[in-house]
Amino acid sequence: MSAPAITSGGTGRTKSLLSSLRGGDAVAHLVALVFASSVLLVTLFLVFELWIHCAPSRAKFGLSFLFTRDWDPANGQFGALPFVYGTVLTSVIALIISVPLGVGAAIFLAELAPHRLSEWCTFLIELLAAVPSVIYGLIAVFTLIPLMRQYIEPFLKRVLGFIPFFSGPAFGDGYLTAGVILAIMTFPFIISISREALLEVPRDQREAALALGSTHWESTIQVVVPYARLGIFGSIFLGLARALGETMAVTMVIGNDTTIHTSLFARGYTIASVIANEFAEASDDLHLSSLIELGLVLFLITIVINALARLLIVVTAGRGTGRAT
Amino acid sequence: MKNPSKLAAAAMAALSFAGAAAAQSINAAGATFPEFIYKKWFSDYKNAHPGVEINYQAIGSGGGIKQLTQGTVDFGASDRPLTDAEMADPALKIKPIYFPTVLGGIVPAYNLPDVKTQLLFTGDVLAGIFLGKINKWNDPRIAALNKGVKLPADDIAVVHRSDGSGTTFVFTEYLAKVSPEWKAGPGVNQSPKWPTGMGQAQNEGVAGAIKQTPGSIGYVELTFILTNKGMQYGQVKNAAGSFINASVESVTAAAAGLTTFPASITNAPGPKAYPISTMTYLLIPSTIPDAKKREAVKGFLAWALKDGQKLAPPLGYAPLPKEVVAAELKQLPQVK
Amino acid sequence: MNRLAYRKLVNKIMLTLTGVCTVLTVSVLFIVLGYLVFNGATSIDWAFLTQLPKPTGETGGGMANAIVGSATMVAIAALIGLPVGFLGGIYLAEFSGKTFGFLVRYMADLLNGVPSIVIGIFAWTVIVVPMHTFSALAGGFALSLMLIPITMRSTEQFLLNVPRSLREGALALGAPQWKVIGTVAVPAAMRGILTGMILGIARVAGESAPLLFTALNNEFWPTGLRQPTAALPVMIYKHAMAPFDDYHRQAWAAGLVLLAMVLITNVTARFIASRGIAVQKG
Repeated sequence: MSAPAITSGGTGRTKSLLSSLRGGDAVAHLVALVFASSVLLVTLFLVFELWIHCAPSRAKFGLSFLFTRDWDPANGQFGALPFVYGTVLTSVIALIISVPLGVGAAIFLAELAPHRLSEWCTFLIELLAAVPSVIYGLIAVFTLIPLMRQYIEPFLKRVLGFIPFFSGPAFGDGYLTAGVILAIMTFPFIISISREALLEVPRDQREAALALGSTHWESTIQVVVPYARLGIFGSIFLGLARALGETMAVTMVIGNDTTIHTSLFARGYTIASVIANEFAEASDDLHLSSLIELGLVLFLITIVINALARLLIVVTAGRGTGRAT
Repeated sequence: MKNPSKLAAAAMAALSFAGAAAAQSINAAGATFPEFIYKKWFSDYKNAHPGVEINYQAIGSGGGIKQLTQGTVDFGASDRPLTDAEMADPALKIKPIYFPTVLGGIVPAYNLPDVKTQLLFTGDVLAGIFLGKINKWNDPRIAALNKGVKLPADDIAVVHRSDGSGTTFVFTEYLAKVSPEWKAGPGVNQSPKWPTGMGQAQNEGVAGAIKQTPGSIGYVELTFILTNKGMQYGQVKNAAGSFINASVESVTAAAAGLTTFPASITNAPGPKAYPISTMTYLLIPSTIPDAKKREAVKGFLAWALKDGQKLAPPLGYAPLPKEVVAAELKQLPQVK
Repeated sequence: MNRLAYRKLVNKIMLTLTGVCTVLTVSVLFIVLGYLVFNGATSIDWAFLTQLPKPTGETGGGMANAIVGSATMVAIAALIGLPVGFLGGIYLAEFSGKTFGFLVRYMADLLNGVPSIVIGIFAWTVIVVPMHTFSALAGGFALSLMLIPITMRSTEQFLLNVPRSLREGALALGAPQWKVIGTVAVPAAMRGILTGMILGIARVAGESAPLLFTALNNEFWPTGLRQPTAALPVMIYKHAMAPFDDYHRQAWAAGLVLLAMVLITNVTARFIASRGIAVQKG
């Protein structure tokens, strides 16, 4: 007979499985445990499978795989650098665009907008997060690329052409365009989570600043935002993690060039895109193994970023964020 | 039921499975070069023989060979023969037999909205463009071939294949024959190290990219041009010195005297021959254990080599020379 | 200008700028949706929803097989992923100890963060290679891997939100723990749990990357779970990159179908959730 235990999550004591498989509780516990462990096992198995299947390229290239620029399937030369570069560059461009806009919008929605408007706008923006990647890609191919090619890139070239980043041929696709579509895809995360973080800042913080004579903006930027900064950073990291792993929308606009270029208008490649394009017909073991190793590299990068993001958001929720400066 | 939509979906799927249960389902994958004629063949053959459903995925010659090697498809398709390394691959349990199906041409397609006259190219100039040595449309070397044509001063956007492609193999084979610089550089390969340009998957992707990008040039199979209003393509100078337009006739002329296969017909000597022509092959395993499948495949091959050939010219492919067809029908019994 | 006036000016400018940011980001949504709806609505026809694809280059035909294929693979994903996620979530909320619970949660988050293309690689090594064929099973399996962590976390979340008083009441009446879970906690949290499931399904239905080399594609009706199968998101990708205008038209139509499905499920799920017990987002 089982003594009733109050278990509303997290801290229930578990009976030793060996001693009691009698009674519905133990069975329920076991069943649930099995399914929960399956997640553990599957994830570990995933990492294991990735690791074994990239053995040929790990053996051949070792750590230099990460720093070699050469991607030449014909001659058996494989290096990860162009793809890591492309992945990081497009994500950085995405953040440069989406963080100011996103945090700005979050500030507006949390501080200035009337409650109803804020709720509705957030609802609409969160719907953006549900739109599949391939649909962003579809729209990017037919609207964003011509827009970039005909108006934006020539404009940037005229105004900023002396900087190497904005020189060179511009055909509408490439790093910059991929960065823009990624920015659009990360808006919802940054806005939604930053807004939540800002809403959690206690009223008295704001009121104290206002009572001391600061303007609304000053109280926001000097008191509220720093108070919520951990949550805001967390949202940025989450958006970054999503951008790094994005496949379809980026593949459709990145231009598929396996060399590294300085110009942002140039075509490039990301890890996810090269896997999507080359995996189905990687003809030899070394090629396949290199692609899988790239997948492992991407996985590791996203793990690190995700972990940092979770840490920041948890710390924000748990400890009530940092001190106002 | 917690999720009625799931139930409905399962019912739909079950119904469609039941309906198609009687069909002999055959999976094939490979070259995008012949995809128009293959899809038409498989569709027409299915209408004539409802029990045989051949699902063809055009993923590129490299992909076709790989899928065949791994046994994930019943037969493959490629514009190029297997390399020695691919033949020697221990994973390739059953060696394939080559069955050429049609002939076709690869054209230099470009997108120059303001240039109304058809441009002329030589192999040398094409090599220069794809090597990145010629990178503006009004380069003197292009202008010299196209006197009187106002060429824009824009950058040339090169488009090439990003996947392992038989079309690329044939195109680079042609370039290597006419340009020592190309031969010494990227060389003949299904996926060479491209000095310049952007990559797209499959012939479709290259054609799509050219269509969307003014100032671009790439190499695609002829039918992609013929089925797309407004796509421009150039004439190429052949070994005999004439500028030839890719067509069923000029591709047929390139295969004059062809009796054995696999074989290369690029840069053929004939006066009317189109220089960038090729055969394309179905890679049929020499042994197909499943008797029903084997009969279905052999039945299809026999049909394709006779009735199927008539369907080629309207789609821009040239039928095989009679000698080749005869040789293939003779080797058909070798598929056991 | 004196200091106060300057500060007031900065105040006005910056606050206006934040409004501009909001307008920009919200308008992007409208542009995305509007453009797609416009192009999709003018592209969709009855043939699209009911016919098979025509041979390459011919106009007409449809993606009926892709719609069925997508539904099939999502059904497989749901069959595998929902029970695992649901029961795992129950474990985390009701039974777990501190360290093991932390481990399971961490792994679920890890799995959630795996890029979808890498999930495709895993499904390829585990299902396609041993089976020697591309299949709907492989595609469904890949999608289920993405569904599990979403379902697990949302189930746990909503179970934790059930008030203690409800449980304590049942326990005080002498119910064993499993009865408390089954007849009190889960039904109370059901609305939220269902919401999480529906949102998860909507998300995996739109995924394309994990299907590229697991389910591959198919011109015809699916003939079995062990055959390559067409899916709507993959068709959109391939048709958008092709040169044929009619393919572009069909890509827009497919995009509209997919988007409509995703948005309708999302909006429905949120309305369901908002009517239930007060829940935390995320």
